[in-house]
Amino acid sequence: MKNGITNVLIVGVGGQGVLLASEILTEVAKESGLDAKKSEVHGMSQRGGIVTSHVRFGEKVLSPLIPSREAGVILAFELAEALRWVGELNPEGRIIVNDQKIIPTITTTGKFFYPENVIEKIKAHVPGATVVDAYQIATDLGNPRLVNTILLGVLSQSLDIKEEIWLKVIERMAPKGTGELNKKAFMAGRKVE
Amino acid sequence: MEMLLSGNQALARGMYEYGGEFASAYPGTPSTEILQTIARFFKDDIYAEWAVNEKVALEVAVGASYGGARTLAAMKHVGLNVAADPFMTLSYTGVGAGLIIVSADDPSLHSSQNEQDNRYFGKMASVPILEPSTSQEAKDFVKIGFEMSEQFDTPVIIRLTTRICHAKGLVEIGERETVENKGFERNIEKYVMVPAYAAKRHALVIERLEKLKEYAESSEINYTEWNDNKVGIITGAIAYQHAREAMPDASILKLGMGYPLPMKKIREFASEVDKLFVVEELEGFYEEIIAAEGIKVEGKKFFSNHMELNVDRVRKGFVEAGVLDSSVIHETVETEAVLPRPPVLCSGCPHRGVMVALRKAGVYTNGDIGCYTLGALPPLSQIDSCLCMGASIGNAFGIEKAGKTKKKAVALIGDSTFLHSGITALASVVYNGGTTTNIIVDNRITAMTGGQDNPSTSKTLMGDAVEPVDLAEICRAVGVKHVRSVDPYDIDETYTVLKEELDREAVSVIITNRPCMLFPNKVKDEPYTVEADKCIACGACFKVGCPSISISEETNEKGKHKAVIDHLTCTGCTICAQVCPADAIVKFES
Repeated sequence: MKNGITNVLIVGVGGQGVLLASEILTEVAKESGLDAKKSEVHGMSQRGGIVTSHVRFGEKVLSPLIPSREAGVILAFELAEALRWVGELNPEGRIIVNDQKIIPTITTTGKFFYPENVIEKIKAHVPGATVVDAYQIATDLGNPRLVNTILLGVLSQSLDIKEEIWLKVIERMAPKGTGELNKKAFMAGRKVE
Repeated sequence: MEMLLSGNQALARGMYEYGGEFASAYPGTPSTEILQTIARFFKDDIYAEWAVNEKVALEVAVGASYGGARTLAAMKHVGLNVAADPFMTLSYTGVGAGLIIVSADDPSLHSSQNEQDNRYFGKMASVPILEPSTSQEAKDFVKIGFEMSEQFDTPVIIRLTTRICHAKGLVEIGERETVENKGFERNIEKYVMVPAYAAKRHALVIERLEKLKEYAESSEINYTEWNDNKVGIITGAIAYQHAREAMPDASILKLGMGYPLPMKKIREFASEVDKLFVVEELEGFYEEIIAAEGIKVEGKKFFSNHMELNVDRVRKGFVEAGVLDSSVIHETVETEAVLPRPPVLCSGCPHRGVMVALRKAGVYTNGDIGCYTLGALPPLSQIDSCLCMGASIGNAFGIEKAGKTKKKAVALIGDSTFLHSGITALASVVYNGGTTTNIIVDNRITAMTGGQDNPSTSKTLMGDAVEPVDLAEICRAVGVKHVRSVDPYDIDETYTVLKEELDREAVSVIITNRPCMLFPNKVKDEPYTVEADKCIACGACFKVGCPSISISEETNEKGKHKAVIDHLTCTGCTICAQVCPADAIVKFES
């Protein structure tokens, strides 16, 4: 990717696990011997706001923020958020979209509307967009909380990082007693076509 | 060994490694995690506390420094306004052991009421400023800061910004160095700032600044990266990273010290480059100082003082300045404007019932700093002012005294904010014969910044159990005769008490009695649901602004949408059930 730096933009809504996913990705990059930075803003995340996390890694990372249109991968935890940020993707980049809607409270005012036909709109920008129903996969595995690890598995397809490093970091950072399950979820995501 | 640390965590690590013994702060985004990290990982070696406000945090820190401990006081940028009184004269007394003041500025107001640039505080007080540009530097500058503080007998500001505080990067980890604590050494002429002694100290401050200027010339944290000499950039803090990435071929003079500036180095750098620019976030602080020395430089003309910088904004500035080819700017892609997601009061938040009662009473509400400020946003739209910590009580009294406003103004303030700077305002209102109604939304935690303890909770940052302060007794002690408690989950009760106090020709305080639903423990009662056949689609429940309530696909005969409740997130606070005119909201039975 550009200047040898890999740029991953992870987006979603507060409470979805965006921050933990970006934390794991950054640790994975570090464990691979790379320089890594990640930037996000805390504060409002618990109150239903937009959450974005910039993760950059490579030989030497300067700005912690991904420049506009230089995201090599966008990992979107939510449909409308995928549409909001799709313009940040570089022309050769990949967008992974979790097929989940979170409708904000503001729609109850009747002045704002959740966008329609989001997947078609994203595909108009990026015909090869990957759409994943991570919630369904997580439910099949027996725990809806596995969504973010499954999405990391899908993301891992696009990154040149050894599988064992992923599994080691997930084991270490998953909530106590959920290491094996999270590794299984990661592998399920890694196999998504 | 290397670790991935945020700037805040790295700074806390620096406190540990470089012999820090004492840390005091009031929580404030983006600085809060500094003290949390110290208390979580280093409390065997460093004492850490939440002070009641930033002024007290600094005063306690000053005492600890006089008392011989390497000390840190941390606050968000607006916190230094609160602490400005001790800060300005602290510059005169100097320190005992090393004293670092962290000012965490918030360009782009991610979570603040303004985007002030606190480098001006350093200049105003003749206090040196260090500006890290990475997590590693955030740690390293603690060492430099302590040494500088002790060598020059001055407090030192480490100025962070949100993108340093909350960005993670690799940090080399070291062992703790112990530094001898010599205790307090009596020195009346140094520490007692009466006019005669303070005048002498001011002369020393002026001398000190000259010595610091010499230090800045020789300091390795102000260094030059020579490249092409067509464009020279003077930059520091996070702006350095953006500028380095945007202009890989330019020469850069990187300032680790934001004040005082190394003018000889700057003059020499300026003479070696064809065009000189300053890239700095917020105000043109370096630029003003450099231009005042007669050096030709440009900066704010191309790099706005509004909102934070990034690589794109820096590239655009250099394209506009004619030194960068416009091909580096990526064409933007037109995408659909997606609806906003403003933060909202949580499901089950005890502030919601108060907002509904205030709306019913038809009053103006002078708000304050805390989660309840979110009540300003639609659909609640019930907060009419928010200025700074503690302002609500004085604001409401001022509106009352101005005399022309027909509706009554009510002050709305949280427990932590009341303790921070509301008590003095309340005493003043009583003293001056006010008749205002003041509501303390007491959720017994500092919630907005992530649930920190304060004197109204029952433990300290170190985890020690304490007796919580009695807010009602404080109000009575400053002379409020009418202090009442209400259950904010009961709209009728809250409204009735509010009405009675509004009608009373005397100052009164109403204190709500429900804890935060997030901190310290999640509150989760039996959830509610909407019986669709009873729902008349009136939208009353939508107007309480609860994230668990959304628009149903189902409509009434006029095509208006009914409501639906997500029983997974509903906490069973019953506010929506109380406003429903059709009794359509009932307990959920699975």
